[in-house]
Amino acid sequence: MTPLVSIDGLRVEFPAVGGTVVAVRHVDLEIRPGEVLCIVGESGSGKSVTSLALMQLTRFSGGQVAGGNLTFVCRDGEGLDLRAVDESRMRQIRGNEIGMVFQEPMAALNPAYTIGWQLAEGLMTHRGLSKREARERSLELLNRVRIPDPERRLKQYPHELSGGMCQRVVIAMALACEPRLLIADEPTTALDVTVQAEILALIDRLRRETGAAVLLITHDMAVVAQMADRVAVMHGGELVETGSVRQIILQPRHAYTRALLAAVPKIGEMARRSAPARMKIPGAEDRDGIDTPLHAGEQRILEVENLTKRFPVRGGLFGRTIANVHAVEDVTFHVQETETLAMVGESGSGKSTVGRCLLRLDDPDAGEIRFRGQDLVPLSRPAMRDRFRDLQMIFQDPYGSLNPQMCVLDQIAEPIRNYGLERGSALEDRVADLLDRVRMPRQFLRRYPSELSGGQRQRVAIARALAVNPGFIVADEAVSSLDVSIQAQVLNLMMDLQADLGLSYLFISHDMAVVERVAHRVAVMFRGRIVEIGRRSDIFEDPRHSYTRTLLAAVPTMDPADRISHRETDARVLHTPIHPSGYDPGPSRYEEVSPGHFLLQDSVQ
Amino acid sequence: MPADPSLSRVGIDVGVGLAESRQARFSVADYARAVVQDKITLLAVVFLVFLALFSVGAEILAPFPPTGLNLADRMLPPGAIGSKGAFYLLGTDELGRDLFSRLIYGARVSVSVGVLGAVVSCALGVTTGLTAGYFGGLYEDIIMRLVDGMLSLPSLLVALFVLFVLGGGYVNLILVFSVLHWMVFCRLSRGLALDARSATYVQAARTLGASRLRIVFRHILPNVMAPIIVLFTLEIAILILSEASLSFLGFGVQPPDPSWGLMIADGREHIRSAWWLVTFPGLAIFLTALSLNLVANWVRAVTDPVQRWRWLTGH
Amino acid sequence: MAYFVKRIVNSILLLLLTVSFVFLAGRLIGDPALNMLGPGASDLALEKLRQAAGLNDPLWQQYFRYIGNLLQGDFGVSYRFGFSVLPSEDLAAIGQPVVAIVLERLPATFLLAAVALGLAVPLGVLMGVAAAANPRSAIDRLVSAIALAGVSIVQFWLGLMLIVLFAVQLGWLPTGGYGDARHVILPALTLAARPIGRIAQITRSAMLDELSKPYVVTGRAKGLSEGRIVFLHALRNAAVPIITMIGDELSALLTGAILVEKIFAWPGIGLLIIDSLSRSDLPLIQASIAVVAALVVLVNLLVDLAYRVVNPRIRLGQGG
Repeated sequence: MTPLVSIDGLRVEFPAVGGTVVAVRHVDLEIRPGEVLCIVGESGSGKSVTSLALMQLTRFSGGQVAGGNLTFVCRDGEGLDLRAVDESRMRQIRGNEIGMVFQEPMAALNPAYTIGWQLAEGLMTHRGLSKREARERSLELLNRVRIPDPERRLKQYPHELSGGMCQRVVIAMALACEPRLLIADEPTTALDVTVQAEILALIDRLRRETGAAVLLITHDMAVVAQMADRVAVMHGGELVETGSVRQIILQPRHAYTRALLAAVPKIGEMARRSAPARMKIPGAEDRDGIDTPLHAGEQRILEVENLTKRFPVRGGLFGRTIANVHAVEDVTFHVQETETLAMVGESGSGKSTVGRCLLRLDDPDAGEIRFRGQDLVPLSRPAMRDRFRDLQMIFQDPYGSLNPQMCVLDQIAEPIRNYGLERGSALEDRVADLLDRVRMPRQFLRRYPSELSGGQRQRVAIARALAVNPGFIVADEAVSSLDVSIQAQVLNLMMDLQADLGLSYLFISHDMAVVERVAHRVAVMFRGRIVEIGRRSDIFEDPRHSYTRTLLAAVPTMDPADRISHRETDARVLHTPIHPSGYDPGPSRYEEVSPGHFLLQDSVQ
Repeated sequence: MPADPSLSRVGIDVGVGLAESRQARFSVADYARAVVQDKITLLAVVFLVFLALFSVGAEILAPFPPTGLNLADRMLPPGAIGSKGAFYLLGTDELGRDLFSRLIYGARVSVSVGVLGAVVSCALGVTTGLTAGYFGGLYEDIIMRLVDGMLSLPSLLVALFVLFVLGGGYVNLILVFSVLHWMVFCRLSRGLALDARSATYVQAARTLGASRLRIVFRHILPNVMAPIIVLFTLEIAILILSEASLSFLGFGVQPPDPSWGLMIADGREHIRSAWWLVTFPGLAIFLTALSLNLVANWVRAVTDPVQRWRWLTGH
Repeated sequence: MAYFVKRIVNSILLLLLTVSFVFLAGRLIGDPALNMLGPGASDLALEKLRQAAGLNDPLWQQYFRYIGNLLQGDFGVSYRFGFSVLPSEDLAAIGQPVVAIVLERLPATFLLAAVALGLAVPLGVLMGVAAAANPRSAIDRLVSAIALAGVSIVQFWLGLMLIVLFAVQLGWLPTGGYGDARHVILPALTLAARPIGRIAQITRSAMLDELSKPYVVTGRAKGLSEGRIVFLHALRNAAVPIITMIGDELSALLTGAILVEKIFAWPGIGLLIIDSLSRSDLPLIQASIAVVAALVVLVNLLVDLAYRVVNPRIRLGQGG
């Protein structure tokens, strides 16, 4: 079969300090008609640049295709060398013969125009359709991507739609002219896991229906296992390995592929183990006694009761509060000494707000937060400031959580100085000790955050949180912005610190597989409430709540033989928990299904 | 298309080599080298340095006293040799005073009004703006109501009226400028502080036990210096232009103090016979404002994370 | 909606504050009667004037009378305008109502501002778009240079230079005054220089910002032409900062007209302000400042309205 796309010796250069940097080199790839080729790699691997080069879009970002051949077979059977094609011919190919889907669905749509306008635009450009014809075809497309109530959607603006819905619109746009190739660049990375499952299933069905080939770019091995026919692994701008999906997932040949696969926590891996365990990273030397299970203590360090947080929605003539977002609704849980309680949920579930309430970054509307027996809610600002010596936080975004103007030394010294714990050379010694603890070389003391990688920054953030010797740390999506290999290292570090220092964690995450690794107990949050809480084995092996089951089912598995693509559904219209002011949703009532395993009674929802 | 912005914002990864070769922190030497490479900015900086030198050392550097009458040498064109063999680089005025020397003394007045006005309004505006943005609440409401109100007034007109009431003069000018321009700094700083308030590094600082004032001045201020410096530079230019306008209308600096605006007003009567009397003071203002704008543009470019890399590396 | 109620109430309060300030400041600078009649006036005449104008009443009474009159559109009568000889003993006959004088001058200023803005907006926006669409090209450099010159130049000096060149040296255009279309060219050009520069600068940077956003990549991936992406997609989103800037510049035009009208002897409200200031004609000063301030406040309000219409997010969201 003649390939649809053949890439030979692709080389893409970008201007950089004192010359050029080669973003992609020696890449040879083929995409056959109707197949799904996945390019997988971590950030900086050049996987996106490859697809942009194919679309001849690198030129708009200053990049240059400096070498190689890009051949694309058009609808009429003509093989075109895309490098030699002029811009006007290229425009006839873009959006017409090759469609493209991007990572951030909301940002990929123009905020100033309606969905209908943007859908019709491509059709009118490439197909010469009249306004009315374009509108009819747009409706058809929205039906096809299973967006409910398509007539109304056509008149809506992107910000009126959920992220998943926007991604369906972008897919509809990309498929409008029945392209022969669909490029999807991290199409589900910005989406919740249940929405990811929907979108992947949608892409899979559309591919079967239209016969279009799909080039899927992702960092997620599980997505690869779910979607790919063939896989290309990229690293540092070069192609590392290509092969069928079974071969890559089951018998990876290249060391990098093996490392990548090993670093991915696989759901179900921890079945029948009672305590968290470090991840095995090939190449990294193992610590003594790594697998001694980390058992939780008996004492309760934190008890949260009936925590409620609502954010006002203002409106009307005088900007009064007309409604409330019920971000956290009657949440009760506790954390024991040296225990990790994981709080999982999708975006908008209220899990981060719980974490922020614990540190009073948001002020709760009701409830008690007893930390070592003392209620934090009524504390004044200075009194709360004092509690931060025992209660710390690690934030999600390692790029944002460090002050860009302070060097590593000052970052870590900040809390020590604020509390007047040490000064002078004792202070520097203490900071250096902390760097050792998070396994960072001491040369980094004088470096600035911008000179550190994401993983290094997160280590600094951890060192800084440890500087005051806290007993409890809230880790809010602490590893979710890191590449998998770095993520594994940071997770191991956090588990080691827990064992060495006796820390307790509230580990907030959306990633079920990571949670399964690190948690003693798990709380599942949905629309502001904990719907199910229990030991890890309770949640993962015996989930009772329908939402917990949906969540677990949506997690893509690493098994190419077990695909979830048949589970396609319509786009769900998410009902955010916004209620008019004065509305009382009632308390959360739980049933104890087994000792310590509580299930929300759904009647109140 | 500039290399950076589309890449970083679209979230395209461009290869490990590129990301890492992109030095994120630059030394003073890097900035200095970048100025030297950027010929136009270099010229602007050199001009401003000379201007500062002349303003400070007018007594030593000016060839003639600014008010030295010499009726024998009236209205001489640029480059003329006077009665006693004196060389008048830019000519003389109707009283035989050397235009070049008066320009130098005028620089002192015009530039110092601009700089001092900008310094006072910057200090006032940044302090109120940052605290308003970070503290919020009633304090912020009151300040911002005041700022919005004052900003929607026609400032030149108010300045005219106030100077009409108070009388013109050097000190009053600076006073009026400070009162009428601090809001620009306040609004900018408040916006910056508002952004910073929700920034993770500020939230982190809270949990690390920093006091509110420490957060505002130690954590937020250093991170928002760049836009403030840009605005400060632009405001100097705007104030110099305003000073010229007000003095031209007779409500600013009062004669015999030489200010550039005043010199244009004086020269206007002789515009048909002695073109240089209007041309050179105006040119001086123009070049000063232009240089300040160029420097502001440059500062904006090199401190913008999106543009900086391109500017400092010559791409 | 709530936002607009708040905005309008704010604007009214602000105007009230402004006229109060102008009133108080006017009373504090000395004896209005002396100002009005000049230093040669007899004590008798001064006293008569004070009584007739109510200047002997307590200040608060005068203030409320003043505000009350304002609300009825009565700003008082001019001290100087409307009579050719010094006032007779019959004080009631002094001067014209200042409102009439101000209103008479407004059309000339509006004409000047309209022509200047009509020049500046299309020119500035086009220049900015051209520069942003071709960054670091010769066009970009040229636009940046023109824009920089525009914002750095002293308006009244530019006016003088234009007069010397086009009126004195070449004799193509009149040096000043009000009349046919030729009279408006030089003052409008002078007034437009700064807004052209500012609008070009803001358009350029707003467009560069928009052109680096993901939806532009989407547009390209859809196979749209660059022209369509630039003008239909990016410019629409860049409109908010551009409109804000146009509003700012329109307010600046109204006050900038003071100098330009003076240079070109253009009989608008700016020239009136200068004349009334130099003659210490207090009622006229108060009236013209109140009118210009009201105009500027109104412009700001309209701009706010305009960009709420342009941006669907602000339109629907909680902007206030």
